Amino acid sequence: MSAKFRSPLHQAKGWGSAKSGTGHFWWQRVTAVILALLVPYIVFLLACVGSADVEALRATIAQPWNAIIFTIFAIALFWHAKLGLQVVIEDYVHDRAMHLALRILLILGSLVGVLSAIYAIARIAMTA
Amino acid sequence: MLGQTYRFQITSAMSLLHRASGVLLAFAAFGFSWWIMSIALGGSYAECAIAVTSSLAGKLVLFVISLALMYHLFNGIRHLAWDAGFGFKIPQVYASGYTVLALTVIATIIIWLVAMSGGAA
Repeated sequence: MSAKFRSPLHQAKGWGSAKSGTGHFWWQRVTAVILALLVPYIVFLLACVGSADVEALRATIAQPWNAIIFTIFAIALFWHAKLGLQVVIEDYVHDRAMHLALRILLILGSLVGVLSAIYAIARIAMTA
Repeated sequence: MLGQTYRFQITSAMSLLHRASGVLLAFAAFGFSWWIMSIALGGSYAECAIAVTSSLAGKLVLFVISLALMYHLFNGIRHLAWDAGFGFKIPQVYASGYTVLALTVIATIIIWLVAMSGGAA
């Protein structure tokens, strides 16, 4: 559409919009809506069951719907947290090396956090 | 907090608090992973997790997390309403701000009343 407004050199180099500029904004809102729906349920569920009885907790989390809801919650939680902390790093950490190190650490840490939670939920669902 | 240039405003304070509570909750997310992994592994791991969550220090941390979570939840809904184009008039911004603060306190109290009445917390 706007190809005629670009210089030939610009086109040849393939520069321009990365076409992913709204991705961060969009997924932060999508995960926010998911969390806004799931947090009240999960908080109320855990407050009712309490944290002292392991078998009651395992039996609750092992319920099929709860296992699915907990998994969606874990994914939305770490995704949302990753997007949020990324903005905090972008805003406050201006040292290039430290910035890159924290950004990579954030991705690795988020993966460890979400995958360990999903593993734990699956293990409870299959053994409780 | 804001130096000599800016006077305290509930709007900027709540915006700052949204980010601060978000950072706290991001770290709490790793606490959730540790906790649910401990419950999944069972045995001494589960005993350790329960010892932590039922200790006084653990309960205090859980209380702060629940407070931050309720604040971030209600203020997040306020942000989503702004994204949808609602509530931009200054009186509305103040009204929704005080509503968020009130709901945060009320919801946190309800959570702990429910948790305490279960006897397990």
